[in-house]
Amino acid sequence: MAQKVLDALKQHHASAIELTESVHGDEVAWVKREGLVAVATWLKNDPSMLFDSPVFVTCIDRLDWRPVGLPPSSAWNESKPRFEVCYQLRSHTHKYRLRLKVAVPEHDAHCPSLAGVWPAFDWQERETFDMYGIRFDGHPDLRRIYLYEEFVGYPLRKDYPKEKRQPLVRRDDLPINPIKAPDGGHHGDR
Amino acid sequence: MAAPRDVTSLKQLVLGRKDVQDLSDTETELPHELMTVNMGPSHPAMHGTVRIVLSVDGERVVKSDVQPGYLHRCFEKESEHATYTQVFPYTDRLNYVSPMINNVGWAMAVEKLMGLTARIPKRTEYIRVIVSEMSRITDHLTCIGASAMELGAFTAFLYFLKSREWFYELLEKVSGARLTHSYVRVGGVAKDLPDNFDADLTRTLNETEKVMVEVEGLLNNNKIFRDRMAGIGAMTKQEALATGCVGPIARACGVDYDVRKDYPYSIYPEVEFDVPVGTTGDCYDRYLVRIEELKQSIRILRQCLKQIPDGPTMVDDPRCSLPPKRDTYNTIESMIRHFKHIVDGIKVPAGEGYSFVEGGNGELGFFIVSDGTGRPYKAYCRSPSFVHLSTASQLIHNHLIADIVPIFGMINMIGGECDK
Repeated sequence: MAQKVLDALKQHHASAIELTESVHGDEVAWVKREGLVAVATWLKNDPSMLFDSPVFVTCIDRLDWRPVGLPPSSAWNESKPRFEVCYQLRSHTHKYRLRLKVAVPEHDAHCPSLAGVWPAFDWQERETFDMYGIRFDGHPDLRRIYLYEEFVGYPLRKDYPKEKRQPLVRRDDLPINPIKAPDGGHHGDR
Repeated sequence: MAAPRDVTSLKQLVLGRKDVQDLSDTETELPHELMTVNMGPSHPAMHGTVRIVLSVDGERVVKSDVQPGYLHRCFEKESEHATYTQVFPYTDRLNYVSPMINNVGWAMAVEKLMGLTARIPKRTEYIRVIVSEMSRITDHLTCIGASAMELGAFTAFLYFLKSREWFYELLEKVSGARLTHSYVRVGGVAKDLPDNFDADLTRTLNETEKVMVEVEGLLNNNKIFRDRMAGIGAMTKQEALATGCVGPIARACGVDYDVRKDYPYSIYPEVEFDVPVGTTGDCYDRYLVRIEELKQSIRILRQCLKQIPDGPTMVDDPRCSLPPKRDTYNTIESMIRHFKHIVDGIKVPAGEGYSFVEGGNGELGFFIVSDGTGRPYKAYCRSPSFVHLSTASQLIHNHLIADIVPIFGMINMIGGECDK
């Protein structure tokens, strides 16, 4: 149904769209980083699209991507961008659904913010920043949302070990917990 | 003898007002500064642990910062290290007031990637819809009951929780657990409905309808309840759409969006029900929409009980169904298959997909990326509570501190789902 959307996208924003595909009935459009805001604004305002209701933002970390059953060339390597930021959109009027994907390299983990286009993405982008460390340029208030400010690292990245523990907020103005764990660290450290 | 009261001196007493008759707040010239108040993280009137840093001018909220995250339990990270079946208990703990819907949502997302969606047996689909609608009822009963209690209507709370307990007892008979059911499996459900389920559910529905008549009589035209709810925390249709609101909150604003109608799944096309839509988008409309949804869920359940066919409760596909216990104990092939199934997990073909269902609070979705192994490469939960909570700051703006309570109650933020 929403193949129309993909065709229209390719027609109107040929230079910004890298690739379009349909996966399991979900329409996906890969957008260049530079063109994301223009594409999003068009999708929201064009009467034939009217993607007025955002659904979610998340990110895929491809660091460990070695899929079973697909050719080895599809596995991730250093030459490919590590992150994919996904924007899922919904058009209430036309009942279309669309996922925009933006490839983001590790050394330059920035992505334009769409919080200005759809206010719902304000918190969702903060969540993605919190978990994956993607910096959304132009976001009005980019700070951690689930974790505390002092948290080091981004827990949903594939190179963050699941077992890793971090002590809760350690503040300079509070005395350090004098009870030491057997390995010399503080309680809560592992 | 006291001097006669002089009007001019009285004028000075009423500081900052033009005259004694003027009781408006507009002309105040009193020196004032904003005060910062921390509401939460642990506050009796908050659903779940959430902290709001309020800047208040007297009683009026001028700025607020809502901070979730106190209940973050790493749902997504844990899921990446669990097999697809092991994720079910985690989903129970997302929205713990309606765990069955989360179970169904996760199962449907995995089935979408496996291409099983169209092959789920009819009886299984009916069972899933029955338990989902029962969960929706418990969700709405809790939301309305708790909100009413926070506004002083303790009777309504007790009545609704009494009714909710009947549903929990019934779900306990179905799944074995009162709250965290883990009842649904990829490709089906864990076991068939218990004996006498029809009669039990019918009785419960009849009793619940009686309770609802009582509670509606207590609340609908209750002056205190209406004064606290009507006109409070209103949102326009455009705002609701742009902020991503779904479910009863969006419907109260006039957004006629219900996943069950707009993107029909399971056997929802086979049952008749209406989607209530509000007009004003305030707390009172959210309450009315939820009350009507309760009635519609009861209607769906009655139809399901009539229409449910006999049949298997698991799809016949060796990729996701366990071999029969008799074979597991007697043949080596089935033994190995059972072992691989439990230890390695269900093999889901590499790919990605987003699947969504209508949860108690609206569109509840799971976005799964599979790399062809037995564990999800990535599992993302689109939780409606998180999206709704992000509008809280805007909704409580310019309201009194006391109004935060009904607004939060009607947002129905479930900590487990919001913080994942």
